[in-house]
Amino acid sequence: MSGRSSLKSKLIASPYIVWSALFIVAPLIFVVYYSFTDAAGNFTFENIEALSKYAPTFLRSIWFGIEATIICLLIAFPLAYIISQKTEKVQRTLVMLVMLPMWMSFLIRTYSWMALLQDTGIINSFLGKLGIDPIHMINTEGAVILGMVYNFLPYMIMPIYSVMAKLDHSMVEACQDLGGSRLTVIRRCIIPMSMPGIVSGITMVFVPSVSTFYISQKLGGGSFDLIGDVIERQFQQSYNYNLGASLSLVLMVLILICMAVMNRFSGDEEGMVI
Amino acid sequence: MKKMLSALLALIIAFVPCTFAFAAEQSEIDALRGTKLYVYNWGEYISDGADDTLDVNAAFEEKYGIDVIYDTYDTNEVMYSKLKGGGVSYDIVIPSDYMIERMIAEDMLQPIDFSNIPNYKYIPEKYKNLAHDPENAYSVPYTVGMVGLIYNTSMIDEVPESWTALWDEKYKGSILMINNPRDAFAIAQSILGMDYNNESPAAWRVAAELLKEQKNVSPAYVNDEIFLKMESGEAALAPYFAGDYLTMHDNNPDLALVYPKEGVNFFVDSACVLKDAKNKLAAELYINFLLEPDVALANAEYICYASPHTEVYTNPEYSFYEDEILYPEEGKFKTQLFLNLDPEILSLMSTLWDDVKNHVPSPGSGNSALFFGGDDASQVVDDGEEMTPEAKKYALYIGIFAAVCAAYIVFRYARKKYREKV
Repeated sequence: MSGRSSLKSKLIASPYIVWSALFIVAPLIFVVYYSFTDAAGNFTFENIEALSKYAPTFLRSIWFGIEATIICLLIAFPLAYIISQKTEKVQRTLVMLVMLPMWMSFLIRTYSWMALLQDTGIINSFLGKLGIDPIHMINTEGAVILGMVYNFLPYMIMPIYSVMAKLDHSMVEACQDLGGSRLTVIRRCIIPMSMPGIVSGITMVFVPSVSTFYISQKLGGGSFDLIGDVIERQFQQSYNYNLGASLSLVLMVLILICMAVMNRFSGDEEGMVI
Repeated sequence: MKKMLSALLALIIAFVPCTFAFAAEQSEIDALRGTKLYVYNWGEYISDGADDTLDVNAAFEEKYGIDVIYDTYDTNEVMYSKLKGGGVSYDIVIPSDYMIERMIAEDMLQPIDFSNIPNYKYIPEKYKNLAHDPENAYSVPYTVGMVGLIYNTSMIDEVPESWTALWDEKYKGSILMINNPRDAFAIAQSILGMDYNNESPAAWRVAAELLKEQKNVSPAYVNDEIFLKMESGEAALAPYFAGDYLTMHDNNPDLALVYPKEGVNFFVDSACVLKDAKNKLAAELYINFLLEPDVALANAEYICYASPHTEVYTNPEYSFYEDEILYPEEGKFKTQLFLNLDPEILSLMSTLWDDVKNHVPSPGSGNSALFFGGDDASQVVDDGEEMTPEAKKYALYIGIFAAVCAAYIVFRYARKKYREKV
């Protein structure tokens, strides 16, 4: 690349560099700064030490995130495959239907699940009409995970679908020609080829699930405190920016570690062989 | 008809010349025309013109020609964080008692020039010089109220006269709790006979233990959802503000409210002028305007909280005139005001509250096994620093998951090596 064109590309990139410096790097520096200082601004490890008592919350958040991600993957993969097999017109309609709920506010959608799942809610009064005993659903672990799956499912479907839609069908045919059964075609051909979509889907569901706070408050009745709830409380209620920042920092590191593990499943050519 | 009346009211307020003796010269007031006044108040806490009520801000703008820029918050703490975090500047805030004391202590408020607030005469002595502002230099009462115990008469047979009803196994699963440390602790402290403004850390720990014990009846910790849950009959018992109970009662007449015998929190929300207010005189005009009998009446009707304004609560036309929920007989039960807490106690309270929220009670927590709800926690753990059985369970699951992932990676690596060899 010549000096001139690199100058030009730098100029073109500069708005983004300024943007990310202002809104990504600078806030991160603040997070790190707050994590290692006390209210008076002195250097301290106290905030990090105080984190040990939040270990159960971290574990719960991560486990809920894993559960939600697995369920999303199990639903989204077949769905994305089915959509990608339809004619283009049907595909467009189906994709729009997947995206449709996202036109409404995330908060309103979660709030309405509360009305659905309540003991006196819509589902239970319907069951009551059929003569079935009401099922206690709200304020359980299941309700929280349901909320996560419901809210983040489109983020799993879309990347997998967009990879599958471009999937080279001749590969599938070649696999069939070589005598592969249906299962083999999926296992040896479709899954490996849609791996990039699966990995980005997992990232896009896992990260918001681990750090969510609204869903657990509304659908978990505040009894399943997730790490996002604790962080929100430090900033909104306790005015303890330092502890809140250190919680966020550790959460970020944990997510990065999880992502690094996930990425072992793709990226290198090994990911192509399952 | 109502609309015309309120329009007429607005007209009268706008055009009747100032009959009160302001300390400030009329010319000074005229000079404020076209300036801006930044007001930061609770949500749904001013008559806003909906349903033919009086639009207080519009009426003020019309009268003085001062633009009101109006923002809202949901909790004292959110308001405090916003102001402390910087980047915002307001002239007027309407915090509650303990927050006013804290803001005075942290030099965030400035004394009000009461000679510009002639309508202050409508505030009775009992609401003046309260402990949070002993010389009454910084705050002008706006609303007052109490926390009561709301219950659904179709689900609860006897009147729950004590806060301990919120711990009663009989009502397990249909109990709501305020999702706010100060109010939640106040309930536990009432039961224990403690002072809400206790300065002893040990006392706060005891109250936290009681709140943890409450987890045995699986309370749902809620804020605004309380309206939905109580009105729909989803929950049977909830502590909440008496004024909001009146709103809920309109939608579900089965609801009733009782002031428990152990005593309740009494609060005063007052208008204050911030230290860095840029338009102080306008702020004082606004506070004075809020105390105009017509405006105060419109606000009291809209907000449904009790009014500390003599011309409002002695007005027989007021919908809540001599209402026994809003204006109960004095001395019938114990009331306590929240005061500002020591920073150490404040941070202890938030840590303890985190512990309460994280606490998992002993088995049989009432989750339906049908809905993934099985909980095999086997023993009570009373300290947040220990690994609870629940946490161990999650750690085990995550460990198994990680082990499976690791095993798979090793397997793939081995297979690759094997294939290369073949």
